[in-house]
Amino acid sequence: MVHINDYIPIVGQSTIDDLKLLAERLKGKVIQHVNSTSVGGGVAEILNRMVPLLGELGVDSRWDLIKGGSQFFDVTKKFHNALHGRPEDITDRDLEIFMETTEANLGLMNTYGDIVFIHDPQPIGLIKKKTGNKWLWRCHIDVSHPHKKVWDFLMSFIPNYDAAVFSSPIFSQRLPIRQYLISPSIDPLSDKNKELPQEVIDAALAKYNIVKDKPIITQISRFDRLKDPSGVVDAYLQVKKYIDCQLILAGGTATDDPEGIQVLAEVQERAKKDKDIHVLLLPQDDILINALQRASDVIVQKSLKEGFGLTVAEALWKAKPIVASHVGGISLQVKHKFSGLMCHSIEGAAFAIKQLLNNPEYAKKLGENGRQHIKNNFLLTRHLKEYMLLFLSLYHSEDIVYL
Amino acid sequence: MTEPIKAKEPFRFYTRWHLSELLGIKASNLEQLLGHIKDVPGSCIYHHTHRFLQQHQYLSPEPPNDFAYWVREVLGDDELGERLASIDTIQYKTIRSLREKIVETIEKYLKHNPKANLRFAGEDEQFHFIKSVSFIAPTNETATDLREFAEALRKVTIDSIYFHIFEAHLRLEKGTNDFSNWLDTSLQEKALAEKIAKLDPYTYTLDGLRKTILKIVEKKLAA
Repeated sequence: MVHINDYIPIVGQSTIDDLKLLAERLKGKVIQHVNSTSVGGGVAEILNRMVPLLGELGVDSRWDLIKGGSQFFDVTKKFHNALHGRPEDITDRDLEIFMETTEANLGLMNTYGDIVFIHDPQPIGLIKKKTGNKWLWRCHIDVSHPHKKVWDFLMSFIPNYDAAVFSSPIFSQRLPIRQYLISPSIDPLSDKNKELPQEVIDAALAKYNIVKDKPIITQISRFDRLKDPSGVVDAYLQVKKYIDCQLILAGGTATDDPEGIQVLAEVQERAKKDKDIHVLLLPQDDILINALQRASDVIVQKSLKEGFGLTVAEALWKAKPIVASHVGGISLQVKHKFSGLMCHSIEGAAFAIKQLLNNPEYAKKLGENGRQHIKNNFLLTRHLKEYMLLFLSLYHSEDIVYL
Repeated sequence: MTEPIKAKEPFRFYTRWHLSELLGIKASNLEQLLGHIKDVPGSCIYHHTHRFLQQHQYLSPEPPNDFAYWVREVLGDDELGERLASIDTIQYKTIRSLREKIVETIEKYLKHNPKANLRFAGEDEQFHFIKSVSFIAPTNETATDLREFAEALRKVTIDSIYFHIFEAHLRLEKGTNDFSNWLDTSLQEKALAEKIAKLDPYTYTLDGLRKTILKIVEKKLAA
C-alpha cells in the first residue's frame, strides 16, 4: 500500500506539508463519493487511490456505489456515447429506464456526507435527496458537443448541485451554478508510471519479438476509431520513406465491443504491408505498458476525439517526446514546441515525428519540459490538493479566501 | 561573521493555492476576446496573466500571459502576440490598470490592422475564460532574522514565494512585495529590500526567483 509520504521524494516535503495543512481545514467533514463501479475505468482507478490517501491525510472520505441492472447500464452507455457527440437514438423509454433505477437508488442509498461527490451521469439523479448538505457533480466526459436530448435531461438535475467540475475548459457550458476546472492526474507510483529496471523494458520488447535496432514510434490506445490507429500507420509510412524506424500500436479492446475487434482487424491487415509495424493486443498489464512507453523514441497520440488523454501525461512523465492531436484535454498537457508537438492531420503528424527523430537534442528538451509540466500540474498530489480546495470552496463564495 | 539582527516582528510565511473556476465564456477572434476582457471579473484577468507563469515555470521567459500565447499560437498573429507578451506587468499595481493596458493594446492594434479580426480559432482552440479563486493560509515557517529567513526561503513551496511576491504586489494592491516590506520595516535592511524590490519577477522562473533572492540574502549574510 502506498502512503502519502512516499510521494515526498517526487514532489518534495513542502508539497506534502501543504496537503496536510489543507486537510486540517476539512477536519470533521465527511466526503461521500458516489459512482457506479469500483473496478475498471479511470474514475474507479482514481478513487481507489484517492480515497485512502485522503483518509491518511485526515479527511474522512468514503465511497459508495449505486446499483443498476444491464438495461440501466445499456442506457448510460448510450448517454456516454451521445455526450461524446456520437449520434445515438435516445428514446423516451431510455429516459424512463434511467429514472426507474434512479428512484430505486434514491430508496436504497443513504446520502450521509457533509459533501456528496457524484461522479458522472449514472448517479446524477441522487440529487433529489439533497437536504442541507453540499452536492458536487464531477463530469469526466467530453461534453463540448453534447447530444441535446441527453444534455437537456441532465440539466434537469445539474442546477440543483452546488457546483460542477470538468476536466478541460472546452467542456464548460453556461451553467447557473459554479463550475471548476480540475484535470485528472496520473499516479507516479503506480505500476503504469513507476521507474522500471532496464531488464523489465528489454523483456517486454523480447516478449513481442521487437528488436531495438531502429527508432521506435509508439501509440498506446484502445483499438477504437476515435484513437485513429489507421492514421498513425499512414503517418508512420510517410516517415518510413525517409527514416528507417518501427511502429508499435498497442492496446486492448473489450471482447463485447464488435467495433473494437473490427478496428483491430483492419489495422492488422494494413500492418501486413510492413514487417516493422507491431500491432499488439495487450492483456491488462500496466507494467507492460510502462515498459513499452519507456522503450519508445517518440510517442504518438493521434486521437480524433479525446476526453483528457492520460496516455499523454504518462508518456511525458517518462520524458518522452510526443506528437499529439490538438483535441480535448491534450492541449492542456502539450504546449506546441514547448513540451511536445501538436498536429491536426496525418501529414502534420508525420512531419512532427520526422522533426523529433532527426533532432534528438530538441526531442530530449521537449521531453524534459513535458516531464516537468506533468510534475507541476498533472500528478495525483495536485489532484488531491484541488479536490480539498474544491471542498473548501463550497463554504466560501468570495474569490480570495483566507483560511 | 556577526550575529544577524533580530526583527521587530517575525516574518510569517504564508502560502496560497488556487482553484480555477470556469466562466463558460469563450472567444473565437480578437473582437470577441477584447469584448470579454472588458467585462470579465478582475480575478479572471489575474488568472490569464499569471497562470501561465505558474503552470509553465520551466519555460520562462516565454509569454507570461494566456492572451499573448493564444493570439500568437492559435490566431497566428505574431505581432500582437509579441505586444501582449511584452506588457510590463510589474509596472501595474492594480488589475484594473493591467486590464486597461491589455484593452488599449488590442484596440490600438485592431485600429491599424482591421483585417486581424478575420483570423478565427478552430472550434477546439477557442479562448475559454477562467478565473482564479485563491486560498491563503499561514505555513509553519517563520523567521526572526536574516539567517532564519534564508533557511525558510529554501524550504517553502514555490506557491509561498508566489504569494509573497506576485499576489502581494498586484492582486492585493500592496505595491511592493512582502519580503522587501519586512526587510525594510522590521530589519532595517533598506538596501537589501530595494535590491529584491527591483527584480522583475515576471522574467524569472519561480525557482529561479527563489535562487536569486537567496543569493542576495546569502551575500549579505556573508558580508
